[in-house]
Amino acid sequence: MADLNKLSIAAARDRLRKGDVTSVELTQACLSEIDGAGVLNAFVHKTPEIALDMAKAADARIQAGDAPDMCGIPLGIKDLFCTKGVASQAGSAILDGFKPEYESTVSQNLWDAGAVMLGKLNMDEFAMGSSNETSTYGDVVNPWKIDDRNLTPGGSSGGSASAVAADLCLAATGTDTGGSIRQPAAFTGITGIKPTYGRCSRWGVVAFASSLDQAGPMTKSVRDAAIMLEAMCGHDAKDSTSIDLAVPNFEAMLTGDIKGKTIGIPKEYHMDGMPDEIEKLWADGTAMLKDAGAEIRDISLPHTKYALPAYYVIAPAEASSNLARYDGVRYGHRATLAAGDGINDMYEKTRAEGFGDEVQRRVMIGTYVLSAGFYDAYYNRARRVRNLIKRDFETVFADGIDAILTPATPSSAFGLGEMTDADPVQMYLNDVFTVTVNLAGLPGISVPAGLDAQGLPLGLQLIGRPWEEGDLLNFAHVLEDRLGFVAKPTKWW
Amino acid sequence: MSIDIETARKVAHLARIRVEEDRLPALAQEFNDILGFIEQLNEVDVEGVEPMTSVTPMRLKRRADEVTDGNQQEKILKNAPDAREGFFAVPKVVE
Repeated sequence: MADLNKLSIAAARDRLRKGDVTSVELTQACLSEIDGAGVLNAFVHKTPEIALDMAKAADARIQAGDAPDMCGIPLGIKDLFCTKGVASQAGSAILDGFKPEYESTVSQNLWDAGAVMLGKLNMDEFAMGSSNETSTYGDVVNPWKIDDRNLTPGGSSGGSASAVAADLCLAATGTDTGGSIRQPAAFTGITGIKPTYGRCSRWGVVAFASSLDQAGPMTKSVRDAAIMLEAMCGHDAKDSTSIDLAVPNFEAMLTGDIKGKTIGIPKEYHMDGMPDEIEKLWADGTAMLKDAGAEIRDISLPHTKYALPAYYVIAPAEASSNLARYDGVRYGHRATLAAGDGINDMYEKTRAEGFGDEVQRRVMIGTYVLSAGFYDAYYNRARRVRNLIKRDFETVFADGIDAILTPATPSSAFGLGEMTDADPVQMYLNDVFTVTVNLAGLPGISVPAGLDAQGLPLGLQLIGRPWEEGDLLNFAHVLEDRLGFVAKPTKWW
Repeated sequence: MSIDIETARKVAHLARIRVEEDRLPALAQEFNDILGFIEQLNEVDVEGVEPMTSVTPMRLKRRADEVTDGNQQEKILKNAPDAREGFFAVPKVVE
């Protein structure tokens, strides 16, 4: 059976239940695609034996008639998720050789639902990056190609995005701290949702910035995102910020009916220098939602421009604290010490060797903004601004806005290495439309919307009310349906 | 606020990251670029605004104060770069 790896979750589920395909067949199709796609550098730890064992178990479960939606579906797992007995390095050399003795709650939820693990996916080191160029495993390559350059798949979930876009798996897990699901989804023409903060347990997900991190699915369609998100989320006593709220059947909420709903178009997201084609796509998407029966209203989110600077205080501050645990004592890399070196030498040498440049930079910025004398001026000020950003959203939601439509990114994918000489702030601008959502803790989804003049995918973002992922997915479903984006990268790898 | 080489050295030490002398000027420059970007926050009137502490207003769950976990010494030491006799081993801490 050809091209089983290209199936959506929904299509594979239906065929598995009908019995005209097995999970072992699906899994083998993906494993052979993965073996042929080494040049994309998406899968960095392959687990074919585990995959086939899980697939056999899933097939037995399907035959027994006890099959949740995700049963038998082969997935890629971002390296940020701890997976028991399987390397989990967060894309960092400092976790070289680390094999957790436990499983993250989100991945465990997926395995409990019968999903199959194909292996671990490349990512920016500790999820810090927007181009997947900071990984200890090397750059991930975007399957989309328009000339002889290799393009970035975006980051930090670049391996997940590349693997899903190239059909190496049916779907993948991602995580999103400032846009790390939505930006790579947009760069590779796939769908990615970051749920409301607290929907997915963070337990067992290597921490970057704990008040911003959320896991979410990266998939080939909105329906798939609904199916997979439902399996991933749920209350977890092991994460005190996890919400104790029933998880709805998200797929059942894809009614396609958005009549009488109100969509906000925030004026602050018209950025200087943004390509005309993104403006046009945004206007087209707006017209489509209007045509589907939604009311369109211009809104203002006045503190938008301060979201990135606030993020670049808060995220590094939390990272400097979270990453203090990598000290060469309990797990991962320890530097070789010289005679007479004391414990501080061990810490400093280990962390200098184990952390890459971007991680070092952010840990040190975080250390600085938290240090005595600067804590109020930087960290507390940023947290106050964060409150204002959140209030901007609360105000428009209170005024009757149901969801907000924006571009997902200010550009399409750029070439690997093209930003190397730019100052770090230039790279940070990739997240300008996504980072507000993390600061406010809201759900956001990126939907593939069209191709730019070069032939590269662009995405639109929808932002929803807290805990209303079902409604948000329904808006995205309507948009997806009307946009009719079906383009796939031509296989060159 | 401008970061000089001395401050960069101090921050690197606080973060416990060894930075060689010849890297310090470039590092100080990178800090200045990023902090320059962050300076925009000073334009915002935050008078009377509380620092945000939680994304969703919710009371943290509590549980009975009792031992629920433990006896996993082997698992805990499994990934240690240097474990001896049931302990993590580190270089001498006290002179």
